[in-house]
Amino acid sequence: MSSMGKQPQRANLLQGTLDMLILRTLLYGPAHGHQIGKHIQRTTNDFLQMQHGSLYPALHRLERRGWVTSKWEMAPDRNREFKYYRLTDKGRKQLVVEESQWKQMAEAVARVMWPAAEES
Amino acid sequence: MWWQNRKRDADVERELRSDLDLEEEEQRERGVSPEEAHYAALRAFGNPALIREQTRAVWSCSVLENLARDVRISIRTLFRSPGFSMLAILIMALCIGATTSLFTVVRSVLLKPLPFRDPDRLVMIYEHFRDPSMNSQDFNYNPVAPADYYDWRAQTHGFEDMGAWRYWQFNLTGEHSELPELVSARGGSWNLFPLLGVDAAIGRTFTESEDRPDGSAAMLTWNLFERRFGGDRLIVGRQIHLDGKPYTVVGVLPKWFTYPDAKVQVWVPYASGLPPGILTHHDFHFTRVVARLRPDVSLARALSQVEAVQYEQHLQNLHAPVAEGVVPKTLIQDLAEDVKRPLIILLWAVGCMLLIGCLNVANILVARSAARQKEIGIRSALGAPRRTLIREQLIESLLVSFAGGVTGVLLSLAATNWLVNRWMDLPNVQRIRADGEVLAFACALVAASGLLAGLLPAISSTSMAAIAALEGSSRSVAGSQSRTALRKTLLTIEIAATVVLLIAAGLLLKSFWRLRTTDVGCATDNVLTMSYSLPAKKYDTPEKVNAFNQTLLERVRTTPGVQAAALGSVVPGAGPGEDDIFSIPEHPSTAPGAALPDALYRTADPGYFSALQIPLLSGRVFTNGDRVGRPKTVIIDHMLAEQYFPGENPLGKHLHMVAHGNADYEIVGVVANTLQQVGQPGRATMYIPVLNGDHGMGLTLAVQTAADPLAVSVPIQRQIAELDPELPVSEVFTIQQTIERSLGNASLSTSLVLSFAALALILASVGLYGVLSYLTTQRTGEIGVRMALGAQRQQVVRLVLGAGLRPAFYGLALGIVVSAGAVRLIQSMLYGTRPLDPAIFAAVAATLLAVAALACLVPAWRASRIDPMRTLRTE
Repeated sequence: MSSMGKQPQRANLLQGTLDMLILRTLLYGPAHGHQIGKHIQRTTNDFLQMQHGSLYPALHRLERRGWVTSKWEMAPDRNREFKYYRLTDKGRKQLVVEESQWKQMAEAVARVMWPAAEES
Repeated sequence: MWWQNRKRDADVERELRSDLDLEEEEQRERGVSPEEAHYAALRAFGNPALIREQTRAVWSCSVLENLARDVRISIRTLFRSPGFSMLAILIMALCIGATTSLFTVVRSVLLKPLPFRDPDRLVMIYEHFRDPSMNSQDFNYNPVAPADYYDWRAQTHGFEDMGAWRYWQFNLTGEHSELPELVSARGGSWNLFPLLGVDAAIGRTFTESEDRPDGSAAMLTWNLFERRFGGDRLIVGRQIHLDGKPYTVVGVLPKWFTYPDAKVQVWVPYASGLPPGILTHHDFHFTRVVARLRPDVSLARALSQVEAVQYEQHLQNLHAPVAEGVVPKTLIQDLAEDVKRPLIILLWAVGCMLLIGCLNVANILVARSAARQKEIGIRSALGAPRRTLIREQLIESLLVSFAGGVTGVLLSLAATNWLVNRWMDLPNVQRIRADGEVLAFACALVAASGLLAGLLPAISSTSMAAIAALEGSSRSVAGSQSRTALRKTLLTIEIAATVVLLIAAGLLLKSFWRLRTTDVGCATDNVLTMSYSLPAKKYDTPEKVNAFNQTLLERVRTTPGVQAAALGSVVPGAGPGEDDIFSIPEHPSTAPGAALPDALYRTADPGYFSALQIPLLSGRVFTNGDRVGRPKTVIIDHMLAEQYFPGENPLGKHLHMVAHGNADYEIVGVVANTLQQVGQPGRATMYIPVLNGDHGMGLTLAVQTAADPLAVSVPIQRQIAELDPELPVSEVFTIQQTIERSLGNASLSTSLVLSFAALALILASVGLYGVLSYLTTQRTGEIGVRMALGAQRQQVVRLVLGAGLRPAFYGLALGIVVSAGAVRLIQSMLYGTRPLDPAIFAAVAATLLAVAALACLVPAWRASRIDPMRTLRTE
């Protein structure tokens, strides 16, 4: 129990949100699993500690749906092959859809939580 | 699919590895020591095996693929221990096969409606006597008198129509009396076939004008049409000769029509060939009535009308045996009456065996899951969900029962065939076959037994307590305590079911032995019998009948090898034959309304009693002088004398018989009792001289020989053929064969139940042995410690025996309690045996305990051989 305080606060990702984050990350360009995980972690200031346990299944799920493709490529800095994921056109469209859905959702939640802020 | 899987697995593996390495490198670059970096990377990643598993699961998303994988694993597991698998599959195959077979027969015989139009509205109507003495044995369903049938049909309105049929038998010959053949026949009323909704396959059914005493139309069943007439359609319209009289074939019945049984070859109109007067009688009971209920009338209302008509007839014929009421019976009940109870008992027996089989397989599975306890514990610790583990075990037991089921269904096809052939007089035999419904039943059986056998051990072995056992050392016994308890419970139920089966089998066996050793009251060794029936057309006077019979007897008596010969209508043990009512002129007439006394009626020649060794108690036997034209004489048996002449000398008194010349017959002798049929209570009997020359009845020739009786059958048949080449001889059997035939079905059901019980006993003892071996192995350490502390070998043996025999005792007690209730079911099948026969119960208990002790002895002995030093060292 005492170790609780030292760990950064973590949040559980909403179902499906991870997919959106991965797709958004890949918008910058191809990346391998480790990079994606690290990127999300860093960008959220370690608020979302990436669990590899859900990252890899999610990546494969996206590939299966055809939103990303994968290819083994040489890493420029490591001189070794990594499995790089790349956004497909279908994935791009999906990202737009998920983004707008998320926005709607966030707005809906906000309207309930902070009604005053909405009016001003 | 699969080929991609392997590649994908390698791909996932490589991806995880490269990313993990990267993480490790990064940690190192941050200045962490290489060793710590390795563990830090692993921590950050989590359980790589689980990730692999879950990532793979993304691709193999379908339930089907999961199932296929589990099935593959299970098959591999089963192949790893072929002995266990074969045993389990064999047990399942036997149990499922037997159950499926019996279900096939039961469904066809007892459940499937007969293939007639609207079978639900068809009902048989019988006459019913209310006299308690007539219902003492069984509720009586009395055949209907022709005049009653005609009255019912004319005077009631609750039924659309009523049809009738009666038993008949003909000597079928060609036009020139060639190829004589005794054929089973039925007389059916003209409206019977339309009533059932049956049309002729060729030609037509009977018309109303043909249904008269002088009617001479005939219909062939498909069997006779194919067999004797080669399927020649031109036979319709031509003549065949029945008992020497020409009949015109008007039609052929369809192939599927085998009502009331498959042996029937010819149908004639109901009234055809009957003496005209008989149709107006209310007291000749030989007709079966089939009625079709009107859709808008309830059965109770329709029957009450018939009952009213019948009671009116009863009041008008107070002295004659005319029943007061009527009773209905379904067609299936009517056909399957004799086989229903044995079939249901057999069904219970196989059900019991199936339960035992399932419990046994469950028991073996528990033992195996105990052996795999570590494997399951490890897998569970590595994150395998409990659901998956249970599913795998279930799939294993389902596979076993599936393999057993497929083998079992194949077995059952053969077994059904065998059963149908062995079981005499099984109704609807042609309809007994495996079809979709039977297959569905077998599938349900496979699923149910697989679940039953698999679910119990699966749940117990994956329970948290079992997994906790992994954490402890191998010394821990407590963790498996619950599993041992489960096995013992299973075993107790198994033994209880075995006891029930054994007791049922024991009772049936004793009853059968009683039947076999029944004394029918006459010589049964080396006695050959054969039957013939002199056709009325050719033998039209008593003199002609007597001439034939006497010449035949003389010739037979001089045939080499023959010691004595008897001629009569029936021999003891061959069935009841006819019975008739009589009155005694010397006694005051019976009160109006009371039924007249009734006794079996048979004919006998002067040598009948001496040849069959039936002792004469007083008076004399018949002589050649007791014949047609002389004063009428009768011989009665002891039972008749006791019943109707208590305390007086019956000799010289008379019996008045309405049905036989309306005359007084003087009693000239009293003979000892005989039994008309094994398994039935004896009945009062009277004998009339065969030389009275009546030809209405068939005759049975009985020949006592010195050596093998069957050796004289051909010479005697040749004698008969010399006297009359057109006369067919039937039923050539020894008396012993006749008795055995009448016991055939009792013997069949007894031996079947017995073999089920034996199998159950073997299964139970195997189960007991298995449980105890397992238990002993598990307690090796404990026993070693005990012995090191000074326990004697006998004490160890006692310890293990006690552990094994306890479930046997509980099972025995439970089984006996259940049996005490269950024997009611077979009560009516028992002959000369009480359902709670203490000898049988004791014998079963002794057998079971002996077998149980034997099964326990080997593990107990092995336990006593345990070397304490070795076990302690391994601890």
